[in-house]
Amino acid sequence: MRSKSYSGAQASWGLKIAAFLTLLFLHVPIWIIFLYSFTPDETTYTFPLPGFTTRWFGVALGRSDLWSALTLSLRVAAVATLAALVLGTLAAAAVYRSNFFGKESVSFLLVLPIALPGIVTGIALRTAIGGLEIPFSFWTIVIGHATFCVVVVYNNVLARFRRTSGSLVEASMDLGANAFQTFRYVIFPNIATALLAGGMLAFALSFDEVIVTTFTSGQQTTLPIWIFSQLTRPRDRPVTNVAALIVILITFVPIFLAQRLTAESSETGESKSG
Amino acid sequence: MLSRISTYLFLRPRLVLLLLLGPPLLYMLVVYLGSLFALLVNSFFYLEEFTGLIVREFTLRTYALIFNPANREIFFRTTLMAAAVTVTDALLAFPLAYYIARFASPRLKTWLLIAVTIPLWSSYLVRVYAWKLILAKEGILSWFINLLHLNPILDWLLSIPAIGGSSLSLSPLGMFIVFAYIWLPYMIIPVQTALERVPNSLLEASGDLGAKPYQTFRNVILPLAFPGVVAGSIFTFSLTLGDFIVPLSLGNSKFFIGQAVYSYQGTGGNIPLAAAMTMGPVVIMVIYLLVARKLGAFDAL
Repeated sequence: MRSKSYSGAQASWGLKIAAFLTLLFLHVPIWIIFLYSFTPDETTYTFPLPGFTTRWFGVALGRSDLWSALTLSLRVAAVATLAALVLGTLAAAAVYRSNFFGKESVSFLLVLPIALPGIVTGIALRTAIGGLEIPFSFWTIVIGHATFCVVVVYNNVLARFRRTSGSLVEASMDLGANAFQTFRYVIFPNIATALLAGGMLAFALSFDEVIVTTFTSGQQTTLPIWIFSQLTRPRDRPVTNVAALIVILITFVPIFLAQRLTAESSETGESKSG
Repeated sequence: MLSRISTYLFLRPRLVLLLLLGPPLLYMLVVYLGSLFALLVNSFFYLEEFTGLIVREFTLRTYALIFNPANREIFFRTTLMAAAVTVTDALLAFPLAYYIARFASPRLKTWLLIAVTIPLWSSYLVRVYAWKLILAKEGILSWFINLLHLNPILDWLLSIPAIGGSSLSLSPLGMFIVFAYIWLPYMIIPVQTALERVPNSLLEASGDLGAKPYQTFRNVILPLAFPGVVAGSIFTFSLTLGDFIVPLSLGNSKFFIGQAVYSYQGTGGNIPLAAAMTMGPVVIMVIYLLVARKLGAFDAL
């Protein structure tokens, strides 16, 4: 890398320490969850932990309510991600390749569900569901999640389109490939990692969403809803600790991979243009 | 066959646009904007107190309820909290953002950015839960404060009526800490992006013209980073304004906007009032976004 945006100068110790402390502040609370899933203490959050046990993992495994909440969350996240992948990619392709009246408002419309407080989306969907007398179901949760997942895929794919040279598509067409072949052999391989990154972020976003879900789930319990009910009225503290750990582990992998994918592609993107 | 379709489509770009844009646009217009519209319409209905039924007639009665003293207080309290959280996050974000933007090597920078974005994407609910553990009376923070013999200071803070409570995990002060923690990554990223765009030549020029480092910082770097701070503040402000998870888990009986909306529609069954109350954050955010655009925040996003 030739173009260094950093000055190469040394930061003062004060700045280094402040930056390091901020980093700790961001991460230590997440480690605390790990710690507490091993506490033998059933009724309080005593620190230092009075002992060490792994028995709550077994207890959590045997809890059918936890299992059904987990499967519901996984199913919702899978379907919402699929919907977001299709809708987000279509919108990104439209915005990238064409100029049309109101193009700016498309981005605005897509980003609105995450720019406005989640409660606005939640109560709005709740009102519409109530007004149309639609019964709460698996699909009401999915529809709610898809509204804010689309923008994640859209942003990732659009950014990739903008870095992909348009001449590639023209070359493919000139060489006699039809639109479908061009998509299969030129466009798709180019945007594949962007789709993967966007899809994984959408999955993580949907899997642990709680605010919109509160309004669209009715009596159904997703894993975040289960944890939320324990937050306000703690009954099973040790099991909740394990459930929180499960959420962290399930969301960490896709988030981390998505970050790596986008970081790498932007690095290679820079070296290409440089 | 496929080639024929392909040629057909190639000659009709408008049709292709329609096929591409149609599904996502239709989805967002019908489901999202349709719901927002339903919300708006419902805010003009009212709940008949005696029958408990929603009367579907145009009225401003529900909006009048919003301006009663109790609800006005809720708006005031929430906006104050959002402002306090925003200012705190701007101060907390700056050192790390500054270090990432100006001093970290490219390799370290990649890792630091990942370290900041992981908490941003990872479960918000679980991170709130983590603080429930930390702030508990018998929890880790109390233990630490005890270790440093700082209990008198904590007791004094908790005895202040506006911010205190029985323990950190049941007080506005605790909520403030959790809000500041939860939204901090949303502030770091835009500030870092804004700082990144400050050209080194500008700083060298400032130095060459005789400015001392702190003068360069004060007169060159800070003004150029400001749009980034405003961009970050959109998130910290908006997210605090509408949240009900943190107040429900850590607050006391004093309501916040999100919490009020939640209880009006849930136990109260009063959707019109919940809808009208939601218009509060929407209006506040629209004004905020307009001001932010004036301050150049959108270029920093």
